[in-house]
Amino acid sequence: MNLDEALQTFIAESRELLEEMENALLNVDLAGDQGEAINAIFRAAHTIKGSAGLFGLDHIVGFTHVVESLLDKVRDGSVSLNDEMVVLLLSCCDYLSAMMDALAAGRTEQDPDTAPEGEMLQQQLRRHMAGEAPEAAAAAGAALAVHAEPGVERIDGERGDSDYWHISLRFGRGVLQNGMDPIAFLRYLRKLGRIVGIATLADALPPADEMDAELCYLGFEIAFDSAADREAIAGVFEFVQDDCTIRIIPPHSKVSEYVNLIRALPERAARLGEILVRCGSVTRHELDAALNQQAEAERTPAQQLGSILVDAGNVPPVVVEAALAKQKQVSEQKAQESRSIRVDSDKLDKLIDLVGELIIAGARASMIGQHLQNTELLECTSTLSGLVEDVRDAALELRMVKIGATFNRFQRVVHDVARELGKDIGLIVDGEDSELDKTVVEKIGDPLMHLVRNAMDHGIEPAEVRIAAGKPAKGMIKLNAFHESGSIVIEVSDDGGGLRKDKILAKAIERGLVDPERKLSDSEIYNLIFEAGFSTADKITNLSGRGVGMDVVKRNIQALRGSVDVSSREGQGATVTVRLPLTLAIIDGFLVQVGSSVFVIPLDMIEECIEYGTEPGQDYCNLRGQVLPCIRLRRLFRMDGAPTRRESIVVLKFGNQRAGLVVDTLLGEFQTVIKPLSPMFSEVKCISGSTILGSGEVALILDVAQLLNTVSGKGAAAAIPA
Amino acid sequence: MADEVKRIALDGELTIYRAAELKLDVLAALRQARVLEIDLSGVIELDSAGLQVLMLAKQTAAAEQRELRLVQHSPAVVDVFELLDLVAFFGDAVLIHA
Repeated sequence: MNLDEALQTFIAESRELLEEMENALLNVDLAGDQGEAINAIFRAAHTIKGSAGLFGLDHIVGFTHVVESLLDKVRDGSVSLNDEMVVLLLSCCDYLSAMMDALAAGRTEQDPDTAPEGEMLQQQLRRHMAGEAPEAAAAAGAALAVHAEPGVERIDGERGDSDYWHISLRFGRGVLQNGMDPIAFLRYLRKLGRIVGIATLADALPPADEMDAELCYLGFEIAFDSAADREAIAGVFEFVQDDCTIRIIPPHSKVSEYVNLIRALPERAARLGEILVRCGSVTRHELDAALNQQAEAERTPAQQLGSILVDAGNVPPVVVEAALAKQKQVSEQKAQESRSIRVDSDKLDKLIDLVGELIIAGARASMIGQHLQNTELLECTSTLSGLVEDVRDAALELRMVKIGATFNRFQRVVHDVARELGKDIGLIVDGEDSELDKTVVEKIGDPLMHLVRNAMDHGIEPAEVRIAAGKPAKGMIKLNAFHESGSIVIEVSDDGGGLRKDKILAKAIERGLVDPERKLSDSEIYNLIFEAGFSTADKITNLSGRGVGMDVVKRNIQALRGSVDVSSREGQGATVTVRLPLTLAIIDGFLVQVGSSVFVIPLDMIEECIEYGTEPGQDYCNLRGQVLPCIRLRRLFRMDGAPTRRESIVVLKFGNQRAGLVVDTLLGEFQTVIKPLSPMFSEVKCISGSTILGSGEVALILDVAQLLNTVSGKGAAAAIPA
Repeated sequence: MADEVKRIALDGELTIYRAAELKLDVLAALRQARVLEIDLSGVIELDSAGLQVLMLAKQTAAAEQRELRLVQHSPAVVDVFELLDLVAFFGDAVLIHA
């Protein structure tokens, strides 16, 4: 790896660490046990400092050193963490992030523009260190050699229970011939301490006929109780060190150390685990937990005991229930990381593209099969298309990421905004394991941000009002995500005052959005807030209330082929529900034909297909007693030619709107690879993309949301009740 | 195959110097009967090489559905077996020498 690549990795890792640090800071319980959180913060600062030193990034090293010094004081208890300090440390996080951004942009030196800010932060940090400033300042300049490894080990809280040294020996084949006797070394070892447990391994012994009695095949795993230091213990084996693999693990090592050992040794992992337990180096509990996990994770191929124990090493020992819940977020993320690999997203995109081509080629093959009416070929292509479908799903799954990372970012937002507003607001995050396409995750951040800010600003009442209403003074925002039939649902709810129906309606009438005579259902009224130029906030804050926002949110979400809906109970809060498709690349489509053109409709938007039969001369039909407005594709796209004799109606549903689409012929389901239209066609309405059919023809994908808009007019007032 | 117990005794130094010869002797004896009993009372020294031969014999016996019993462990043998926690590996009753 050249230095440039390493630097990129450093930047990526540092960003992750900073995120972790931020999470830990936001979760730190000022009153209760802070140990784990502070360790996490310290670890992040320390690792960044160490790595930055490797690249000679002195300005980063200098800054993190001061942060670290303060954290060190917090850890040993000489300075206690307070609210002010958390805010300061958060600013430090931001400052470091800015430095990382600058670094990513290629500036390896201190940016003179931001230097004063850094200086100011450092001064504040020193002030908190109370009296220790000169030493720290001197140290910042001088002793900045990189000692990442010992420091990181020292602070790591996740220890194994073992009080003993663990010594692992594999003697070389030639030991005996060189006149050394392994047994003699073990006898000598006993002079330094007590052998608590020993396992003699004869696994390397070959079958009787191949075994050479003068070669050594033995190995030993030893738990050793001794006050001697590593050097003294290693010294015992000095004479054989060239001819013997010796691994020594000090007492109280992390479980992961043992795991590394297990990995390095030639014997099978499970057997080695047993051996380690037998000599008392790893507890039965630690091993069982790891082995159980392995059994559960059997579906994941190549999941080794090793990686599981590493993960287990990341999960803190059971502490108080509450502390555990807080820790969970951070440590789960970490555990996740150690099990995953980093792949350039371009490579994934390439894969998805190829799978797309594969689907198109497969469709072509099956079409030819049908054309030739060759049963064998048809059978073959049907197996093939089944497999291609599986490959498609697996490939799309690769792009799936958990929404947790996006949600966790809101901890900071809520913290900051609550401060700005002078309200006490907490955030509850649920369903962070729900997965969705990476592109969707990236694009949903802004709309969600808007919704959260809006809920905090308008939803949650001031503390006095809340107490008067008999609610806890602390307001709560809740983010929740779950899967529901091919889409992901994200809910942003608050326990504030809820939407005021009368106020919304009055405003809508004032703005001419609805006819005063019209009777609207509650949900219709609530959804008026997504109309352009609508805001009921009495006062305009710098957060929201300027009348832009909700309509933009709605547009952004619709651009992702999603929908948004709001429900509310007066006095108890409101919930905004965002519904998004799981993926944007490949969908199940339904083919219809008008004239000679073929169109694709996303299958999950179709409710049913019925025989054509509108009221004569009207653009609606009677669907089991309900009025169903109809859109004639032929007329909408101004296509020539007469309609066929037997037209059909495809009933579309999006959100709570319904409409029928009049088409000539129904062609059936089709796996649709979405190809974006060139920018030239970006203004074309009612078409969201294109795809290639098996015949090589291009079919346009219909934008159902826009189609429905054409029938329902602009206002939600005209929405068709579901 | 004779289904009886064959007994042999090993004595003196079970060390690297005799290991090759020892291996042949023990394996040959092992294959003469279903059960081989080795008397170790005369062993005055046991080193890693000698130990390996005994371990090999035990493994081979297990692989060939035979039985290897070690009896009358001498103090030198007990000392090594205890140092390396091998009593369970061989599974024989060991007399503790006072």
